[in-house]
Amino acid sequence: MTAPLLEVTDLVKEFPVRGKGIIPRNTGTVQAVSGVSFALQPGETLGLVGESGCGKSTTGRAILQLHKPTSGSVKFEGRELTTMSNKQLRPLRKDIQIVFQDPYASLNPKWQVNDIIAEPLVIHGVEGANNRGAAQRRVNELMELVGLNPEHRSRYAHEFSGGQRQRIGIARALALNPKFLVLDEPVSALDVSVQAGVVNLLEELQERLGLAYLFVAHDLSVVRHISDRVAVMYLGKIIEMGEREAIYGKPMHPYTQALLSAVPMPDPKAERKRQRIVLTGDVPSPVNPPSGCRFRTRCWKAQDICATEEPKLERRGGPEGTLSACHFAEERAVV
Amino acid sequence: MSVPELTEDFLPSGTTAPLLSVKDLSVTFPTDDGDVRAVRNVSFDLNPGDVLGIVGESGSGKSVSSMAIMGLLPKNAVIEGSIRYRGEELNGRTYKQMQPFRSKHISMIFQDPMTSLNPVYTVGWQLAETYRAHHDVSKKAAWAKAVEALELVGIPQPDKRAAQYPHEFSGGMRQRVVIAMAIINDPSVIIADEPTTALDVTVQAQILDTMLRLQAETDAAIVMITHDLGVVAGMVNRVQVMYGGTVVESGPVDDVFERPRMPYTVGLLGSVPNPATLGKRLTPIKGAPPSLVNLPTGCSFSPRCPLVTDVCHEWEPLLEEAGAANHTTRCHRWEHLATIETPQKLFLHDEIGTVENPAAFAAANPDESLEVTAVHGSLLTDEEAK
Repeated sequence: MTAPLLEVTDLVKEFPVRGKGIIPRNTGTVQAVSGVSFALQPGETLGLVGESGCGKSTTGRAILQLHKPTSGSVKFEGRELTTMSNKQLRPLRKDIQIVFQDPYASLNPKWQVNDIIAEPLVIHGVEGANNRGAAQRRVNELMELVGLNPEHRSRYAHEFSGGQRQRIGIARALALNPKFLVLDEPVSALDVSVQAGVVNLLEELQERLGLAYLFVAHDLSVVRHISDRVAVMYLGKIIEMGEREAIYGKPMHPYTQALLSAVPMPDPKAERKRQRIVLTGDVPSPVNPPSGCRFRTRCWKAQDICATEEPKLERRGGPEGTLSACHFAEERAVV
Repeated sequence: MSVPELTEDFLPSGTTAPLLSVKDLSVTFPTDDGDVRAVRNVSFDLNPGDVLGIVGESGSGKSVSSMAIMGLLPKNAVIEGSIRYRGEELNGRTYKQMQPFRSKHISMIFQDPMTSLNPVYTVGWQLAETYRAHHDVSKKAAWAKAVEALELVGIPQPDKRAAQYPHEFSGGMRQRVVIAMAIINDPSVIIADEPTTALDVTVQAQILDTMLRLQAETDAAIVMITHDLGVVAGMVNRVQVMYGGTVVESGPVDDVFERPRMPYTVGLLGSVPNPATLGKRLTPIKGAPPSLVNLPTGCSFSPRCPLVTDVCHEWEPLLEEAGAANHTTRCHRWEHLATIETPQKLFLHDEIGTVENPAAFAAANPDESLEVTAVHGSLLTDEEAK
């Protein structure tokens, strides 16, 4: 195996909770990400799934150092990012880019698309960025790459549809030829028929440019489609991680099983036959997570040991299996 | 007030009029830029116990048609056609004249549980108010009814929770409260407008479970409006697909999913990733939905359709039966579509760069559509191309 492009070890991100009153005091911490570790190879896609509030977006942003991690290490091509100053990080940002969820909020409405896509070139002082002709050529190239018509480069963001705006966001992220993209829910704001086009585009770009993706999403069907490996998060921790086929075919962790069984499939016959695991209750507060295994309050397998001892994320059930964090991990086909 | 209080049996016995009958419903909003034709000629019948799904993407008119039924559209909306509830015409009634029907006979579940509850009243108060609007009972009795409704939708400790405010509830719990409010007056028709879109999948499963259980218990008819084909597949027995403000395909859910007879439905189904598409490209529909101000002449899907021919640009087809009972489609070319083995492939195209327009190509060679996609879809493996 080659050296990983990205190596995340024990990443922790906590946010202080401020009390009310004139002098706000910290009354607790939201444990958004609590010890996440994974590695990413060049050209690989890791899907990061989980429900709202599980810390998947925070993980993506902590890797980019948009949120300074509380502790833990993020290594990109062997270089430690967490200890770098913003100035030291800047040249590295060429290689690590992000595409945001909401294509309506992430593009400046006062700018022409041309300027939006060229901004990274200007910021990083790429050779020729101030030369109009050269910058123009690059913008045209990028727009064509993401399936937009370069003739529309002097339009404003509001003149484009949702799917086209997301393509502009992708073109901007690709402007500096990055090696790694964090895709933070890139298709969840789009209609299905448009969503499929963006998913295809991301796959084609990956093949052509050899990009590595961290694909953060809550839509399990899309993640299954695009990912090589999948990590499932619950309340700030990765509770199961493995090859796509293993996660979807033979999930070991009860939460993964419940999550997969809850996804409605567009197939009436299969839907009627399906056994759905319906979890009771809601996700506990990340300010005060349960002791031991964080899933135990909603788990049908929970026993005393789950409250006292936190299960490690390790390979259970044979070499083909997934890494799972459950004392009672057991294979179960659900999809 | 002159509007008579409706009773369950005000229809003469022996009549078999459906519970809710919508006929040729059209909604137009006049604007400075021209008329926005949000809904055009939508018809459906609903009988007790029916679960009808209405699917479509944003702007397809699915929410506007439900708001028209409830009489909740703003005054500038021009509503044509007929909406009959047990034979009684609802279209043309004023807001006040609609009041006896709302909640008592037809109720609605809205999409966003964060905004559909009033933040300054307790949940119990809001439920009791809904009940008292239609029943002459004491506040105490209405409160008891509210607690009962909360219990019915599966909220633990309902007596304690009823005294709490909406912000003390999680998203899933709030949606349960909204459902409790929709069923408290025991309506015959429940219109659910994207009831689970704002929720996580595990919570969505809980809510859909609750809705189906209540439906079985009360025998109410449900209109399920959603963009999620998975939710439709699991929940409804009949489905209507909407596009550009009108119904383009309608039929039993199995028929429509297995043998779609309208290219838009084919494209929609092919856009959803599922186990069968693993390792292959999805087949999205090129282009964007039409502007409702400026609808294309002829079929509203014609600019994006891979099977388009001249006649499609000339006039909009009628909804006609497509080979099976109750399965209707609004397509000139459904018979041709029916002969294609894997119609999904019609939509295959490259995302990168400008590829020649597959729709035009297919139109020029109507009988070679399959070969066309093989030539075109450079992404097909050789084996598949054969």
